Amino acid sequence: MIPAAFEYHRPVDVTSAASLLRRLGDEARVLAGGHSLIPMMKLRMAAIEHLIDLQDIDALKGISIDGDTVTIGAMVTQAELIAHEGLAKVAPILREAALQIADPQVRYMGTLGGNVANGDPGNDMPGLMQALGAAFLLTGPDGAREVAARDFYEAAYMTAREEDEILTAVRFTAPPGGYAYEKQKRKIGDYATAAAAVLIGKEGGRVAHASVAMTNLSDTPVWSPAAAKALTGTDCGPEAIRAATEAALADIDPTEDNRGPVAFKRHVAGIIITRAIQRAWSRA
Amino acid sequence: MTKMHIKLTVNGKAEELLAEPRELLIHVLRERLNLTGAHIGCETSHCGACTVEMNGKSVKSCTVFAAQANGAEITTIEGLGSPDALHVLQRSFREHHGLQCGFCTPGMITRAHRLLQENPAPTEDEVRFGMAGNLCRCTGYQNIVKSILAAASEINAAQEAAE
Ligand SMILES: Cc1cc2nc3c(=O)[nH]c(=O)nc-3n(C[C@H](O)[C@H](O)[C@H](O)COP(=O)(O)OP(=O)(O)OC[C@H]3O[C@@H](n4cnc5c(N)ncnc54)[C@H](O)[C@@H]3O)c2cc1C
Ligand code: FES
Ligand code: FES
Repeated sequence: MIPAAFEYHRPVDVTSAASLLRRLGDEARVLAGGHSLIPMMKLRMAAIEHLIDLQDIDALKGISIDGDTVTIGAMVTQAELIAHEGLAKVAPILREAALQIADPQVRYMGTLGGNVANGDPGNDMPGLMQALGAAFLLTGPDGAREVAARDFYEAAYMTAREEDEILTAVRFTAPPGGYAYEKQKRKIGDYATAAAAVLIGKEGGRVAHASVAMTNLSDTPVWSPAAAKALTGTDCGPEAIRAATEAALADIDPTEDNRGPVAFKRHVAGIIITRAIQRAWSRA
Repeated sequence: MTKMHIKLTVNGKAEELLAEPRELLIHVLRERLNLTGAHIGCETSHCGACTVEMNGKSVKSCTVFAAQANGAEITTIEGLGSPDALHVLQRSFREHHGLQCGFCTPGMITRAHRLLQENPAPTEDEVRFGMAGNLCRCTGYQNIVKSILAAASEINAAQEAAE
């Protein structure tokens, strides 16, 4: 499995990477950890003339926590997300989700930026970014802009990122309260049959605010405000959880594939969403 | 397509070669540097037979381009021990029947080596979780886990004795 030939570039700053992207046009792609892109290139499902490797761009690395604002550079790897104690304190759901991605070798290489920019509905971070209401920072030849994660995904592998833009960082407000990322997969190293990210805040024994999102249950990650509404103001008892799960299931549109038929996926999704809500509430 | 000048430090030795950027690290190691310890199992980033260490990370060398590895420090199974001077992990795998056909073994040991650097006294669960990127068709994993735990105890005992 040898990929087709390409020219290799390794710029040292974002501006040069963005101008390379503009100059080389749609024959160029950026390379982060390569653990989604290289498998596709080996299968010759992606024809790429130029690869722009981001590994030497220091500005894309590092995690900064300023009050409750968390900014994570696009080239931060999943292994680095897991190891970062400061991040685990303010937003432990990142570690919980990252530990459920692939296997150790993949996590050393795979980056947060690659995971969210890829556009594969199977990627776990995009669902989590819906729950967090994160913003994606993009830089193109004409400057920088921010796109809400909830507006970023258009269809499988189609995102709001322009072809000559680089995703430089992900930014979000550290979520107060309980959290859970629950994932059902067939084996380690598999993408989700269904996964859910849930954040819940508690006040006076009731749900003060909630956010519910799901992975690999549509051609884009799904954020379900209806599920959050079904929880808000309740005691998060069985009735409320049942209503929230139903509301979340009304927002998904899974398709049949090697992980099972639609009815099975809906069944698994229901269990995963319920468990995620229960666990987030138990930690709230 | 133009070839690239690639410099690597492999098992402590500086190497220079010309390669197409698309060449995979596993092919460079096996076919150009004659380091055939790391194996090609699945070629699809799943089995871990091709695991080597690159800049202190365990990587599947079938999923790294030669160009990406330019400038990197690489350790392969050949760098851990030799037939006359086996690494503790190699000895432990032999003693505890951590291998049968041996195809997965170089990847297993290279990965286990990095795991013990990061977590010198892992629990059984931590070994299983840390080794989850390496597949074995023969052993049923039981003895692989045993070999790694035994090697960890041996390394730690030797270190305590030295202190
Ligand atoms: C065996 C295996 C199992 C896996 N299991 C899972 C799993 O369970 N869950 C999961 O979420 N993922 C899984 N993955 C995918 C893995 O997490 C990838 O590493 C990740 O999806 C992409 O990150 P990357 O850094 O490797 O990106 P790359 O593969 O380098 O890039 C992916 C895409 O994003 C683009 N891109 C990358 N960075 C940027 C940027 N900064 N700006 C603009 N575009 C960019 C690239 O051009 C490319 O199109 C698995 C991979 C393997 C090999
Ligand atoms: S050969 Fe590289 S993971 Fe199987
Ligand atoms: S010993 Fe045969 S594959 Fe592991």
